[in-house]
Amino acid sequence: MGEFVLKARDLNKSYIQRSGRFGFGTTKVKALDNVSLDLKHGSTLAVVGESGSGKSTLARCLLQLQPLDSGSVLFQGRDLAELPAHELREQRRHLQMIFQDPFASLNPRMRVGEIVGEGLLIHRLGNQEEQRERVVQMLKRVGLSEADMLKYPHEFSGGQRQRIGIARALVLNPKVVVCDEPVSALDVSIQAQILLLLKELQQEMALSYIFISHDLRVVRHVADEIAVMYQGKIVERGAIDDIYRSPSQEYTQNLLKSIPGQRALALSN
Amino acid sequence: MVHLLSIENLTITPVNAPNRKLVNRVSFSIEPGKTTCVVGESGSGKSLTALSVMGLLSDQLNRASGKVEFQGRDLAKLSADEMRQIRGRQIGMIFQEPMTSLNPVLTIGYQIGEPLTVHLGLKGDALKAKVANLLEQVGIPPHRANSYPDELSGGQRQRVMIAMSIACQPAMLIADEPTTALDVTVQAQILSLLNDLKQTMNMGMLLITHDFGVVADVADHVVVMFRGDIVESGSVADVLGKPKHPYTKALLDCVPDAEGRKPLKPIDYAWLNDEKVS
Repeated sequence: MGEFVLKARDLNKSYIQRSGRFGFGTTKVKALDNVSLDLKHGSTLAVVGESGSGKSTLARCLLQLQPLDSGSVLFQGRDLAELPAHELREQRRHLQMIFQDPFASLNPRMRVGEIVGEGLLIHRLGNQEEQRERVVQMLKRVGLSEADMLKYPHEFSGGQRQRIGIARALVLNPKVVVCDEPVSALDVSIQAQILLLLKELQQEMALSYIFISHDLRVVRHVADEIAVMYQGKIVERGAIDDIYRSPSQEYTQNLLKSIPGQRALALSN
Repeated sequence: MVHLLSIENLTITPVNAPNRKLVNRVSFSIEPGKTTCVVGESGSGKSLTALSVMGLLSDQLNRASGKVEFQGRDLAKLSADEMRQIRGRQIGMIFQEPMTSLNPVLTIGYQIGEPLTVHLGLKGDALKAKVANLLEQVGIPPHRANSYPDELSGGQRQRVMIAMSIACQPAMLIADEPTTALDVTVQAQILSLLNDLKQTMNMGMLLITHDFGVVADVADHVVVMFRGDIVESGSVADVLGKPKHPYTKALLDCVPDAEGRKPLKPIDYAWLNDEKVS
């Protein structure tokens, strides 16, 4: 199986965009341009970039939520695109996603218990009693209670909803979790809680994270490795300490220079 | 001494729940050429404080007590007409969402020119020249005056908002999370633009943010709010360098630093409730 749980090779994806007068013309936008990456077992790989850099497209393509133009994604050595549909469905329980917007990513008409338990139902894991048990256990682990199972998403705050999203993703005991800007919609104090929770769960459940973010301060705290995206390409990648200490690309240097709070360091030293 | 803006004992309550204080006896002041940052989490009352200065509170909310003085004049005693003279002319305002704050069916040139016509009576070529000048000042090529908001990027739209708010050379600028929706590189540009404008025009600035990084970069004076109260205020070096109140310390502890040197520590609210001092 090797040291990597997920490998992506030469991913390409372009969108057709309407352009020109009345949108009669079309232009091709390359969202992914020969992107390759490797995710080590139990580690966190951060993908950073600004809006439009292709990082969210990468997230969706890695999980086969969107078809690729070319390239392959290997999960535990198997090419996901070549799996027959029913096997891909089986593999999906190992590949989960935590979404950015905790207000838009939970079905407002489902109770929390149903949202978190739906994956177990679909993958037919355990009987009804066991499923309920597992949902309760997962909710408690992310800091919610058994009573919350009967509530609807609107009854929770942003931070609590993100906890529901995490429980939903992790209830299936996945191996790879793609976190797409999981804390960017949250207050800084709530952000710290969620980041710590994700870290604890990573250790307990031996999770490997792909952590998509535009916040270089957050990334510094959670990632082992980092890939910097710009206009659909990975322009630089490596161990987090190396990149932050001595970025080789001008784009990365610029990004790091733009982190607010440079004056704070001078004050705190 | 007359401050540019002074807020004294401002208290805001919902009309139908007069005992619930959303903003509780808040006082601070703003000086020309200086930036005061109000920091706090969602629900701390920081935006309400700013809206109340502008007289833009919703009907559901009531300014229960307090005095807001701008250049020595009590804003509550002004008529709606007089208030309109101040809004946009003396005090500029930038809102958080550059995507929704502009009118989509009007060109940006028209929107930047509107306050100039209304407040200063500029028309024709003089107006055109001034708009071009403002666009240049915020770093947008003047020929874009004929563009509509949807033809601009988020950062450019925020620059248009800034151009509108400084069009009449206000003495004070209120900016409510002006860079929250933007990418870091754009954010850095906008912040340095605001800093330049503050210095060249000697403008006083009230900046509302939840990002301590932004505070560290632009603030002279910092006000920390928590559930409607000011828990601490002082110079940026004091508040960020030597925080006194446990909430300020806790809030600073959950900000990730770019060095990754210190561990993240979430706020323990239960403990804070015991400690909370007013």
